[in-house]
Amino acid sequence: MIPASFSYRRAESLDDALRWLAEDPQGSKLVAGGHSLLPLMKMRLAAPRRLIDIARVSELIGIREQSGAIVIGAGTVHRDLAGHPDVRQKLPALAEAAGKIGDLQVRNRGTIGGSLSHADPSADLPAALMALAATVDIAGPAGERSLAVEEMMVAPLVTGLAPDEVLVRVRVPIPAAGSRSVYLKHPHPASGYALAGVAVAVTLEPAGAVTAARVAVTGAGVVPFRATDAETVLIGDRLTPARIAEAAKAAAAAGEFAGDALMSAEYRRQLCRVYVERAISALVD
Amino acid sequence: MSKLVGTPVKRREDARLITGHGNFTDDVRLPGQAYAEILRSPHAHARILSIDTTAAQAMPGVVKVYTGQDLAGRVGTVPTAWIPPASDLKQVPHAVLAVETVRYVGDGVAMVVADDPYIARDALDRIVVEYQTLPAVTDQREAMAEGAPQLHADAPGNVALHWTVGNDTDEVFAQAEVVVRQEFRQQRLIPNPMEPRAATAQYLSATDELTVWLTTQNPHIHRLLLSGILGIPEHRLRVIAVDVGGGFGSKIACYPDEVLVAYAARDLNRPVKWTEDRREHFMATTHGRDHYEEVELAGSRDGVLQGIRVKSYANMGAYLSTAGPGVPTILFGLIVNGAYRMPVASSEVFGVFTNTTPTDAYRGAGRPEATYIIERMVDLFAQTIGQDPLEVRRRNLLRADEFPYTNPFGLAYDSGNYHAALDQALTMVDYPAFRQEQAALRAQGQYVGIGFSTYVEMCGLGPSQVAGAVGFQGGLWESATVRVHPSGKVQVFTGASPHGQGEETTFSQLVADQLGIPIDDVDIVHGDTARVAMGWGTYGSRTMVVGGAAISTAVDRVIEKARRIAAHMLEVSPEDVVFEDGVFHPEGVLDRQATFAEVTIQAYLAWNLPQGVEPSLEASAYYDPTNFTYPFGTHIAQVSVDADTGEVRVTKYVAVDDCGPVVNPMIVEGQVHGGIVQGIGQALYEGAVYDDDGQLVTGSFMDYTMPRARFFPQIETAHTVTPSPHNPIGVKGVGETGTIASTPAVVNAVMDALSGFGIQHLDMPLTPEKVWRAMQQVQDEQ
Repeated sequence: MIPASFSYRRAESLDDALRWLAEDPQGSKLVAGGHSLLPLMKMRLAAPRRLIDIARVSELIGIREQSGAIVIGAGTVHRDLAGHPDVRQKLPALAEAAGKIGDLQVRNRGTIGGSLSHADPSADLPAALMALAATVDIAGPAGERSLAVEEMMVAPLVTGLAPDEVLVRVRVPIPAAGSRSVYLKHPHPASGYALAGVAVAVTLEPAGAVTAARVAVTGAGVVPFRATDAETVLIGDRLTPARIAEAAKAAAAAGEFAGDALMSAEYRRQLCRVYVERAISALVD
Repeated sequence: MSKLVGTPVKRREDARLITGHGNFTDDVRLPGQAYAEILRSPHAHARILSIDTTAAQAMPGVVKVYTGQDLAGRVGTVPTAWIPPASDLKQVPHAVLAVETVRYVGDGVAMVVADDPYIARDALDRIVVEYQTLPAVTDQREAMAEGAPQLHADAPGNVALHWTVGNDTDEVFAQAEVVVRQEFRQQRLIPNPMEPRAATAQYLSATDELTVWLTTQNPHIHRLLLSGILGIPEHRLRVIAVDVGGGFGSKIACYPDEVLVAYAARDLNRPVKWTEDRREHFMATTHGRDHYEEVELAGSRDGVLQGIRVKSYANMGAYLSTAGPGVPTILFGLIVNGAYRMPVASSEVFGVFTNTTPTDAYRGAGRPEATYIIERMVDLFAQTIGQDPLEVRRRNLLRADEFPYTNPFGLAYDSGNYHAALDQALTMVDYPAFRQEQAALRAQGQYVGIGFSTYVEMCGLGPSQVAGAVGFQGGLWESATVRVHPSGKVQVFTGASPHGQGEETTFSQLVADQLGIPIDDVDIVHGDTARVAMGWGTYGSRTMVVGGAAISTAVDRVIEKARRIAAHMLEVSPEDVVFEDGVFHPEGVLDRQATFAEVTIQAYLAWNLPQGVEPSLEASAYYDPTNFTYPFGTHIAQVSVDADTGEVRVTKYVAVDDCGPVVNPMIVEGQVHGGIVQGIGQALYEGAVYDDDGQLVTGSFMDYTMPRARFFPQIETAHTVTPSPHNPIGVKGVGETGTIASTPAVVNAVMDALSGFGIQHLDMPLTPEKVWRAMQQVQDEQ
């Protein structure tokens, strides 16, 4: 497992990274934890001419609260995300998703920015971030811009990032009072990636009526997706098992599923339905 | 001195292995060493039109590029070493690099040798091979069909072998009240030891000796085969395997790769190393299992089994691997009646060439397949006649007073007490309570099941006479030399070649006890053909059974010689001297004694030895067993099935094994645990999948589900002890019992959980989707 020849530079600042990236955007790849990129390189499925290591760019690392949002630096590793007290308290779905990525070694090195920039359709974080209405800040030669996480996930391994851009931070609005969220995952027994990863965020009135709901699914479908039909079903009176089941059906009906030699589209749809139902049920007393 | 045998002595090899001080083949670094990489076919079946190595050869740092053409006539073909009698085995040529045709994805096409591994790898991408792809076939029954792609000109219809064994079953089946029929698919598995394969070779022109460090379970067999293929005399070839990181059967075979490395080291007069990566391992290291079986079981309506007949189609892969032909025949067909009294039985086996990786032994090798079908058939039979599977087992299991029992194929089961193991296992589960709970849960739409496997296996391979009779091209005795140094320290040279099983510890326990000396005074030497005269290696749960017996016999010979010297020192006759706890003394007289160390030094000084006794203290033994050994036991699995997802969870697992006396309970427990999870891997998770073009879809740990610790509950183990009457230390072997027993136990449990759906049988692996679909189909029909 030997990658093709490449050069390597370690950036000390975002500025370094942007400047070097601009020199050869097509031939360069940013690397932080390397848990997605390096295996591809070793199998020679990716052969960048240059790696720009941003793992130690301190301005990209850290979690803070700012104007009603939790702001997470792109270089923050999954383990820090999963263990952060504010994230655990205010964004439980995100903490749970981060805590279920790979294994401890992966969580110690893998970063939120790396995961989103790689756009594996079975990655855990996109579902949680979509359910929590997160956006990403992107830096490029022309300055910064923002995208919703849904807009980042264009297709498997294809993102809304231009080759000369760097994902710098993720903003997750702090949910209103009465909000709850959860991430439920059915991992592939071999890879550990999500066969169905379902994140649900709801806002409940004291009596149980649902005023806001977001449902997002990763793994089961061709790309991570919001199940907006399911959300529509959820908004309204106090949730009943029947309505939860109806929402799960709606989510399964809305997704685009594809089969392969090892698992059919039909079964993926079933997993989606079951895990949406179980995730919503987990949020209701 | 307290006895070590029977106690959980910590593994002596672990300190070095855990702290990274092991010495594996890839750890060998020699001055001037070059590195090899092998270009492998991306096609399952293709004609090679041309190979252009010019660009690769021109790269700075590339030493040499070899193709099949270059080696034709210089290197022999790789033979199989198991030729089952009357099987019409087609020994098709297996070139070390393909010359005209590639026959599976992973077939070697060229080898690059370069100054460093990076250059070698880059050079592979510069070799241009022009292929003309041919239709491929990966399924053995399709390969036998008319019009199927043909792999070898010498094997029409792709049939590699056709072998039948057993007695006439027609009358019994014609008159039987009940005949149960079932077809089984035992899917292809991919063995995955922690250490992939590797070879490092060094040629010394001064002595004309070639040394090959190798990941092997049997260095002497490798030396013999390499000698024949390379035309290098055996006394100038040395094979070394210091530490080997597991094999599970996949390191028995002689592969083209190590032949190439050995050849290049001599050709270039420079050390060459090759280390397989995991992706290469998936496609180029032998696979296991891969059978279809059509099985019929005859019995009476009140539950007496009367006979079994089996027709099996075994996938041999593209070529015959070293032990490949023996696995689906001898190691399978002779024991399909399992642990049950049965007057008649027969097996018919087709071995078939396909465009897939060659198959060979994988932990259990043939016996898991046999055990799976008989244990499944007993459950299906019980279901058919409306009896409890437990009762059918009780009734048909051989009783303790029936041993030795000769089965319909002529195997003589040495000893057993099958009911005792079953009873012991039943004390560890509450069967009646489980059945009640099962019914109650079923009413709530929840599905749990329980499955039994009351297995027997044949291991401790084996008597050499039998090896010859069944076409194994080698002996199956084992050697031991016990050398006592002047200071009383002991080296034991064994021809068995442990590669992770812990015999450096268990053999030392035996020797320390027998000689009454501390375990630290004993070292076990193995895995080097220059230090150990001869041996047949480690597989088939034979190492303690055959290798241990050889050691024990050699130690006895050392003691006998020492006794004569001690008697001379004590001035009594040898027959009056007893040896206890490391001390010789006249019977009943304890104040006159000679310690083992005192006798040893006298043996070496030789100032005053009894007449006719030669100096030194050393003995060898070549132990050839008189029979196989037959471990047995009862495994019970409990499972739950998630009705929404089809996911199966093993909720409880009980294993009662009888491997004779347990030398080291901790090591035995480790073997049993590892075996069980490997067997459940086949039941629930693993399975190689090829697509229609012959590409391996499950080519990495991302897709191929190796069992993980988190999949399993605590495994509960216990033992009954029924010594083998013919083995000097009574042991029966335990390396494979878990793998053999657990697969049917778990599948039986899942089928039991699904019995309310009227589902009779599902083929392995019982993946969530397969189970869910089966339940779904029944619900849709209702």
